[in-house]
Amino acid sequence: MSSILFGQNDAEHALDNKKIPAVKLEDMKGKAVNTAELGLKGPVVFSFWATWCAPCKKELNTIHDLYTDWQEETGVTLVAVSIDDEKTKSQVPVYVNGKAWDYIVLMDPNGDFKRAMGVNNVPHTFLVDQEGNIVYSHNNYAPGDEEKLYQEIKKLTGK
Amino acid sequence: MIKYFPLSIFCLFSLFSNAQGNLTGNIESIFQYLNEDTIIDAKQPAEKGLINSYMNVFYTYGNFKAGMRLESYLPRIQGYPNRFDGTGIGMRYVGYANDFVDVTLGSFYEQFGTGLSLRAYEDRALGYDNLIDGARLIVRPRKGIVLKGVYGYQRLSFQQGKIIHGNGIVRGIDAEINLKEAFKKLDSLPLDIVLGGSFVSKYQKDDDESLILPENVATYGGRAKLRYKDIFFDAEYVIKEQDPSADNQKIYNYGHAAVFNLGYTTKGLGLLFSGKSVDNMSFRSDRNKDLQDLFINYLPSLNKTHTYNLVATLYPYATQPLGEVAYQADVLYTFKKGSLLGGKYGMTIGANYSTTFRPVQHTSNINLLDSTRVTYETRPFDKSDSLYWEDINFNITKKFSKKFSAIASYYSIKINNDVAKISNDSKGIIHANIGVLELAYKINSKHSLRMELQGLFVQKENGAIKDKGNWATALIEYSISPNYFFSFMNQYNYGNPDSEKRVNYPIFTCGYIREATRFMISYGRQRAGLFCVGGVCRFVPASNGLTLSFTQSF
Repeated sequence: MSSILFGQNDAEHALDNKKIPAVKLEDMKGKAVNTAELGLKGPVVFSFWATWCAPCKKELNTIHDLYTDWQEETGVTLVAVSIDDEKTKSQVPVYVNGKAWDYIVLMDPNGDFKRAMGVNNVPHTFLVDQEGNIVYSHNNYAPGDEEKLYQEIKKLTGK
Repeated sequence: MIKYFPLSIFCLFSLFSNAQGNLTGNIESIFQYLNEDTIIDAKQPAEKGLINSYMNVFYTYGNFKAGMRLESYLPRIQGYPNRFDGTGIGMRYVGYANDFVDVTLGSFYEQFGTGLSLRAYEDRALGYDNLIDGARLIVRPRKGIVLKGVYGYQRLSFQQGKIIHGNGIVRGIDAEINLKEAFKKLDSLPLDIVLGGSFVSKYQKDDDESLILPENVATYGGRAKLRYKDIFFDAEYVIKEQDPSADNQKIYNYGHAAVFNLGYTTKGLGLLFSGKSVDNMSFRSDRNKDLQDLFINYLPSLNKTHTYNLVATLYPYATQPLGEVAYQADVLYTFKKGSLLGGKYGMTIGANYSTTFRPVQHTSNINLLDSTRVTYETRPFDKSDSLYWEDINFNITKKFSKKFSAIASYYSIKINNDVAKISNDSKGIIHANIGVLELAYKINSKHSLRMELQGLFVQKENGAIKDKGNWATALIEYSISPNYFFSFMNQYNYGNPDSEKRVNYPIFTCGYIREATRFMISYGRQRAGLFCVGGVCRFVPASNGLTLSFTQSF
């Protein structure tokens, strides 16, 4: 009974009660992944990016420098969703590994997940709680936005 | 009974709230007010104000799904395809999906393999939408196996608020198997193998009086993805049957497309070598269409998509679907923090090389007077020395301190303007050298400055200036996280051989962002040019005026 009550309260706090849509994508190794069943513990940040998007790369490279601390402090996982299509898709692993990113990287070459998430343009970042509710989202990147994102992550984990 | 009353109320309430399902989507609206500007030859439309608007709504409830997009062009903004007008539903579907089947009726987007045989997608910035209207079934009989079937007509345009379909019907099937996922026994194998195959066919009535045209035209092909530790290789090969069309002057040759990627990546290093061969591979659901209309397949050019203004928009290259052979190499390396070159924050260097040639078309065994209308013979990757495109570029990214970072880039681009037409002011190969310096300075935790200096230098030919000559661009951007940005950019065509065309293109832009909402205003001049995303380009005329845009995700 209390769980129903609390579940309801949590949902009300969530952004319009929007959940992560279930879309079947592949990771960089070609392994099938369902976006709604990633099986991760703790909060998840979905960041839509592309190899041709300079502010996207700036955002993910900035977070890369802070990521170890973020993970230790909040248990957050970042999922970088590449919207590169076949023209530039093969450059994704080159960039990701060339930059030594530790993120989970998903490939969305035909924009299925991008469309389902209502993304107009990249970068667009979503913060998702343990239950899959989207609690915060931000379009665009300017230096300093990562601090606002981290405040929201800490708010979510009560830290 | 009463004892359980509150519980049942809560259960009901909870059920009811779940019964609302999940709703996602977005809104985008772009308004332009344009001025007459005789210097850059920008026209003022009779309506003066132009507006494009879109709203997507996607709904899921359990396994059920439905969605639509409303579109509105009152009238369309400048440079958009001229057959978009009115307000109405531009895309809509219903469907049902679980782990085993996924069925969609109505509009859908789809891609088979790398898209060489079929890709239906939307790129709103280009006004490109070749969605398929019909039925799609995806079946996943077991883990690691995906079977797809599609059937329908493609969207050609949007007139008086209604979707206008192309003439030909498109049908296709695709199968893909991930061996390791499908067969547990292979789990210990160090090699990942994914295999796939597709068959796509179109039907269009023979509308030619003098020739017997094939009404059913098919493409078929196979693909493989292999990965061993840090090495990956993927390839796809597709053959097209005889498809006489406006694109190929109604020849009866078979066509082909082949791509491969070979890569090695490890922490701090990425290497890639790719190749592509295309011959007579324009595949449309209406043989009489041209430009970006009714493509069933997707043939992107094999090169890096650049982001800096002068590099990206002055001399972009799009695939020649009638035939080309292309290669690309890409390297990215990061010097570790604390190393000699890495310094305190590390340093990244990137290099990229891409080149495209005309394929060899052998005609020695061909009798052009016979009735076959087969005009040449060719083989995959049989390239000539005739250059279509070359791009050599380097960049260095370095963070100097907590506040200051810089990116320096150099590009050498050669484009064959007789084949990949980009300018009316030049003939033959245009060779441009471009240098870009980007500096970023973080004033404090919220305020930051960014600056770009770009120079484009066109190589002279026999002492004469080619095309529009040299350009310089400067950009300065001030942003206040997380809500505001202001930027000013000026492009100056200082090297134009015609001194009256040495024009400045200043543009001021500012934006306000709050979470998933974004407002943007810009005012100024925009030069005419080819605007490309992926492999598709659209010509945008010069303009002078105000642009307002609003986007919202929900």
